[in-house]
Amino acid sequence: MSDNKQVVADIDHSMYDFKDVENERDFYRLQEGLTEETVLKVSEEKNDPEWMRDFRLKCLKLYNDIKIPDWGPSIEGLDMDKISSYVRHKSDMKGSWEEVPEDIKNTFERLGIPQAERESLAGVGAQYDSELVYHNVKDEVAAQGVIYTDLESALRSEYADMIKEHFMKLVPPTDHKFAALHGAVWSGGSFVYVPKGVKVEIPLQSYFRLNAAGAGQFEHTLIIVDEGADLHFIEGCSAPKYNVANLHAGCVELFVGKNARLRYSTIENWSKNMYNLNTKRAIVEENGRMEWVSGSFGSHTSYLYPMTILKGDNSQMEFTGITFAGKGQNLDTGAKVVHQGKHTSSVISTKSISKDGGIGTYRSSVVIQKSAKKAKASVSCDSLMLDSISRADTIPGMDIRTNDADVGHEAKIGRISDEAVFYLMSRGISEEDAKAMIVSGFANPVSKELPLEYAVEMNNLIKLEMSGNM
Amino acid sequence: MSDQSLLTVKDLSVSIDNELPILNKINLDIKPGETHVLMGPNGAGKSTLGFTLMGNPHYQVTEGNIMFDGEDITHISADKRAKAGMFLSFQNPYEVPGISLSSFIRNAYHAQTGAPVKLMAFQKSLKAAMELLSMDESYADRDLNVGFSGGEKKKAEILQLLMLNPKFAILDETDSGLDVDAVRTVSKGIEEYQKKKDGALLIITHSTKILESLHVDYTHVLVKGSIVHTGDGTLVDEINEHGFERFV
Repeated sequence: MSDNKQVVADIDHSMYDFKDVENERDFYRLQEGLTEETVLKVSEEKNDPEWMRDFRLKCLKLYNDIKIPDWGPSIEGLDMDKISSYVRHKSDMKGSWEEVPEDIKNTFERLGIPQAERESLAGVGAQYDSELVYHNVKDEVAAQGVIYTDLESALRSEYADMIKEHFMKLVPPTDHKFAALHGAVWSGGSFVYVPKGVKVEIPLQSYFRLNAAGAGQFEHTLIIVDEGADLHFIEGCSAPKYNVANLHAGCVELFVGKNARLRYSTIENWSKNMYNLNTKRAIVEENGRMEWVSGSFGSHTSYLYPMTILKGDNSQMEFTGITFAGKGQNLDTGAKVVHQGKHTSSVISTKSISKDGGIGTYRSSVVIQKSAKKAKASVSCDSLMLDSISRADTIPGMDIRTNDADVGHEAKIGRISDEAVFYLMSRGISEEDAKAMIVSGFANPVSKELPLEYAVEMNNLIKLEMSGNM
Repeated sequence: MSDQSLLTVKDLSVSIDNELPILNKINLDIKPGETHVLMGPNGAGKSTLGFTLMGNPHYQVTEGNIMFDGEDITHISADKRAKAGMFLSFQNPYEVPGISLSSFIRNAYHAQTGAPVKLMAFQKSLKAAMELLSMDESYADRDLNVGFSGGEKKKAEILQLLMLNPKFAILDETDSGLDVDAVRTVSKGIEEYQKKKDGALLIITHSTKILESLHVDYTHVLVKGSIVHTGDGTLVDEINEHGFERFV
């Protein structure tokens, strides 16, 4: 049972690893590299309104001015001159599954997406490389006045002003270099509007698939949940593995109205050549509630810290996250919360697993501003290292500007214990199963928060295979 | 009782990290249904013997062998020993978050028998065993040993013993740290295993409270890694009265 004898095998990524050949006949691919010309080309492809084209150019300038972050994992392997920021299939978005081109349809069928929709979803969007290829909302949900569409269509609809009012206002392009990049070349993503008082009983789902090698995916998700409304939104992401770097710099902006609730669940399983530099942010009005469930399993390098601004009095947020860093992965994940309103409360609880030399870093920031009287914040982060060559770090930040805040923090870092494995084995459970049992038990507080089909997917991801000589 | 041995330990020597042996040429012979008691002062190597018999890889057998049910198990892993019919009740059972006591027992049962677990029958016998051990039903759904008191942990071990029903069980200081009532309850569970299931036992203890209601066939005294004396059940009473002085 010593470390050198037994190795916990990699997450089985094979179900995501199939590739579809990108041929010139069916695909349009923008020249690699980032210049004013490429940005204008994206804008033209997307038939942007004028303000959006100007916005893109402004973002490009910011991107060139802002420095690369120097406080996190290295992103030296990412060369923007080798990333194509726009790849699309030469077909339009479809509203019926039958019309989606065969090759793309096969990809999503293999990932179980339309099946998931038939079974338990109110609406589905599927993005392939840079564009949405499919979008559909169940009639009864549409009848409630719920809007779920791609952002480009929304920009040309009656919601155009609403989008202009919210787009990259919560995550301004000045925020960091990759937010600026996103602003310059964003493409695809979803727009969701849930009207006042409407409760969407079953979840909406978006699935992002980056199939092209050496490409970037920059989808923008904008969700507005109006007063007293309720929504659960699920996003899933995957990509096959290539030997060149891919980049994901998406942006998620969530507006949670007074007395509204939004639950945002993500299972991210990018391939191991992906740089995942994603930005997610929510703002919550009075008495509103934001819930995040976040599973990070893939990517080569991740910077991911969903942030919540608790603006209204009595607003709440809960963040539940799990990160699994395997061989060659450096996953820097966590959460941020800013308390502004009175009696606001936040709960952050995360689990991190690292193995085979993987690095899992938990990084968080809790800010309680002067205005946030009687705020309550609780942070707990647990890390589990499966061997002696892996690494887990915890970097929690707190900035408390009131004297009546109730703040708790708890951090635990541990290794999988040989004695615990022996205990389970003494009951007849094999070493592999004993370890898998300990790891999935560790992950259990997160998996039970996930929708069933995603909990199953996560358990498959955590299915541990052992190699060795027992 | 059959003449065939269930467990035969022959000239067993054990050490950790190739240092001086903790156990020296231990010999034991346990037949089906027999109850053996292993006593001895602190640090004599009692728990080491229990761990070694169960196959904790931390302890290395440097000499001798262990035969169980006709097979040499000296070098096989703990899960295979459990499947062969061995059980160890831990002195300090591990806490495993995220898996409930009942689903753990179900998993273990399935791992050992390979047969699907019939849920209704399983729950019925689990409930009965918990009742016998005066365990609140709610413990079945609680995470394995997490936040259990010392007494509850020991009861959970005996619960597993009754549910898994091995041929041979080692009880490593199952009575230590328990109050009088808990010892009596745990002892009731052991008696059930001993009588109704005709299970063989090696009870490691340095008190005698737990043995009061149990039939004991043999008593071994372990001092500084060697068995220095073996007697019948009455030896327990003698040690109870005079301590280990005459063996040290």
